Amino acid sequence: MGVEGIGARVARKEDKRFLMGQGRYTDDMSVPGMRYAAFVRSPHAHAKIRSIDTSAAKDMPGVIAVLTGREMLDDGIGNLICGWMIHSKDGSPMKMGAWRPIAHETVRYVGDAVAVVVADSMGEARDAAEAVLVDYEVLPAVTDAVRALEAGQPQLHPEAPGNLIFDWQLGDSDATDAAIAAAAHVTEMRIVNNRLAPNPMEPRAALGIYDSAEDHYTCYTTSQNPHVARLVMSAFYNVAPENKLRVIAPDVGGGFGSKIFIYPEEIVCLWASKRAGVPVKWTSDRTEAFLTDAHGRDHVSTVKMAFDADNRITALKVDTIANFGAYMSLFSSSVPTYLYATLLSGQYAIPAIHANVRAVYTNTAAVDAYRGAGRPEATYLLERTVETAARELGVSPAELRRINFIRAFPHQTPVIMNYDAGDYEASLEAAMAAADWNGFPARKAEAASRGMKRGIGMSCYIEACGIAPSAAVGSLGAGVGLWESAEVRVNAVGTIEVLTGSHSHGQGHETTFAQLVAERFGVPIDSVSIVHGDTDKVQMGMGTYGSRSGAVGMSAIVKALDKVEAKAKKIAAHLMEADESDIVIENGALKVAGTDKSVPWFQMALAAYTAHNLPSGMEPGLKEGAFYDPSNFTFPAGCYIAEVEVDPETGKTTIVQFVAADDFGNIINPMIVEGQVHGGIAQGIGQALLEGVHYDPETGQLLTASYMDYTMPRADDLPSFKVSHQVTPCPGNPLGIKGCGEAGAIGSPPALINAITDAIGNNDLTMPATPQKVWAAALAAGN
Amino acid sequence: MAKVAMTVNGRKVSRECEDRTLLVHFIRDQLSLTGTHVGCDTSQCGACVVHMDGKAVKSCSILAAQAAGAEILTIEGLAANGELHPVQAAFKANHGLQCGFCTPGMVMSAVDMINRYGARLDEKTVRENLEGNICRCTGYHNIVKAILAAAAEMGAAGRQAAE
Repeated sequence: MGVEGIGARVARKEDKRFLMGQGRYTDDMSVPGMRYAAFVRSPHAHAKIRSIDTSAAKDMPGVIAVLTGREMLDDGIGNLICGWMIHSKDGSPMKMGAWRPIAHETVRYVGDAVAVVVADSMGEARDAAEAVLVDYEVLPAVTDAVRALEAGQPQLHPEAPGNLIFDWQLGDSDATDAAIAAAAHVTEMRIVNNRLAPNPMEPRAALGIYDSAEDHYTCYTTSQNPHVARLVMSAFYNVAPENKLRVIAPDVGGGFGSKIFIYPEEIVCLWASKRAGVPVKWTSDRTEAFLTDAHGRDHVSTVKMAFDADNRITALKVDTIANFGAYMSLFSSSVPTYLYATLLSGQYAIPAIHANVRAVYTNTAAVDAYRGAGRPEATYLLERTVETAARELGVSPAELRRINFIRAFPHQTPVIMNYDAGDYEASLEAAMAAADWNGFPARKAEAASRGMKRGIGMSCYIEACGIAPSAAVGSLGAGVGLWESAEVRVNAVGTIEVLTGSHSHGQGHETTFAQLVAERFGVPIDSVSIVHGDTDKVQMGMGTYGSRSGAVGMSAIVKALDKVEAKAKKIAAHLMEADESDIVIENGALKVAGTDKSVPWFQMALAAYTAHNLPSGMEPGLKEGAFYDPSNFTFPAGCYIAEVEVDPETGKTTIVQFVAADDFGNIINPMIVEGQVHGGIAQGIGQALLEGVHYDPETGQLLTASYMDYTMPRADDLPSFKVSHQVTPCPGNPLGIKGCGEAGAIGSPPALINAITDAIGNNDLTMPATPQKVWAAALAAGN
Repeated sequence: MAKVAMTVNGRKVSRECEDRTLLVHFIRDQLSLTGTHVGCDTSQCGACVVHMDGKAVKSCSILAAQAAGAEILTIEGLAANGELHPVQAAFKANHGLQCGFCTPGMVMSAVDMINRYGARLDEKTVRENLEGNICRCTGYHNIVKAILAAAAEMGAAGRQAAE
């Protein structure tokens, strides 16, 4: 490891611009003639649009255009789509209702767009939006997914009778039922996974620029995957063909999944820029973000976990109802199916598993992937159930987990996944040691002497990351391939540009990807630039989500570096009249092994471009590209322990310590990986203790539409974290990387709830465990 | 419309703006200083924190006209001669930022906090004083670490200067 190579705690190259206020986010962009868009949004959760009167708005000061969905339909702009096909257990395809970028007949959630105003200033656009008169016929609404399945409930889409999108299953139902019938003990639970708003701090934004001379569009947008945005907007929404549409995702202020999807607003800005003849910028305010960004989670499940007389898990049966909101967002259908049920084996050898999942329309914002996407839901369900079973069986929670750990790899689960490597015991041991698990009884007694209830809880999670290989996801219904691409350009002076299809919106790719190059060629990271986020610069890419940029994105770079290295060695061998196989690359020079002959890196690069003296038949230049498609998912895993104190007088939970022990395989930059874990844990603690999206069940009004109502974790809600890493390299990719972006959000919620229920002696507690709920549960348990 | 004049990052500026223009929009749209961010509509997130006459304020919570005649310092004015301010340097050294969107507000709040508490800052005080700044990426762990490191360094530097 060099000071800037793999494994080094290199401070981030991208930090300076952010720290000096020189980051360039979409809302920072300004182009000549640019005007501002404001959307008219439905105040009703469910209504027919009788008429829209835009005449008064059009007469308002500064107004350039007021556009409606009918005009968008006339221009042939297509429906938004869900790109992952799921078939119900009866073989029928999922029932997708139409989602218009701007509704013209029916609105189905509060915030559904019904018109857009383009005006000279943001203030004028908003004033005019207020003056658009929409006559609604209000319809009854349903926001709860369990209720939406009942007879007589409001119906959202004619395509989906009973609001049922699909009724899907995975695993062997008969074998699971038989094992449960024969079990020595069955633990049964009802598990609710609360609905969350992702809340990246940068609100979504889009700037559409139409060039009439070239009939060409440019879109600046807050995207985690600009190439996918271009593909979808071209192929499905008919905005423009790919060669006439450039999508740029510049600095993006966090995503957490919510910026994967293609939303109505970017389509509207592009379309309106042609219609209105001016560049059009829209920036979401925070309330719009709460109303219209895709939410996460929102599952209601029942679970049965069966044990034999030796406390080995013999079967798991799960029935889940997943709220999809009013429309099917881009990857919504994959989340409660192949990203959820496939992880229900957890870290345990379970012979029989069956999961049934029903996806349901409701009059709420769309629900799609949010940090972890399906895997937090699976982990919460499993780890709450295992913990509960340990209490019922009178076994220590660590012991029950140990008895059931998978210990031989590769391991084929009954739910598709083939785990390639891991050492679950190592993370469990590390976490218990870091938390001083054995010292807990003394700490509990000390807390009790102060009138406080102290509890400890653990969670052993596994996730599947990389979201690839393409053939596998294709066979499961994905509409796209999930590889990654890279191009390495060595300039004539030896500096290097790496073009990647991954997108960094906080992950630090500009540093870690450069570290990879520094490690390989011994060049300083300052001579390496990472180029991403622009479809005109990078040919194609699948973007960043599912903790895939290390395992998949960097592997593509490795493949391209392999090709660059091979050509560089040929050139150097030719220059030094040596054999190619004798060339080694060290400290920025190409050397003939065992001699003092060497050529500096820059001189080799210059030779590639002057082409005065290249090996016979060799093309000039030094630029190589690669596409990388892995052979399997990767499987990060770990153990999290939370220790809490509950004040029985107030129900307030204080996190005394939080320990994370993760196995992410090999690590490029430990400082950045720890940062990813910290942030993930904070979001997991948010889910467990603070956060929850609430709609009024009758009117469908969003009750948590600002930071006054939706409790974001703040600095004084959280402790500092104890983080460690155990390493079993991933055998499936050249770097041995598993991925680290989502683990914190996946592993932490059950650890917290297990700790609180341990403290109060009442297992009946739902997230978020607010002081009111904890106080009531503690009281009910006789505390 | 009103003509509003103030001093921003040491430069006297004067612009015509709508009466309802918030200071944050004046800074971002009229002065093109886009380092100051807008992350919410309810004065909760703190992405827009600047210093007004030496004190941290949320620039979304005052009108530009109310800042007439004031001395404003934004994130762009913090570094001197291209050298990062000690708080900026500490954020970098301690990985106190990820996506960077909350960062300008965090840094401006941190500078103000250190101005008020100096080396007396401890973790609890830092966390309480960050109540008005929301970060979604870092879990605050490294932000707290960075502020404590900067406070220690600035305290030491201050003592050296005094000696």
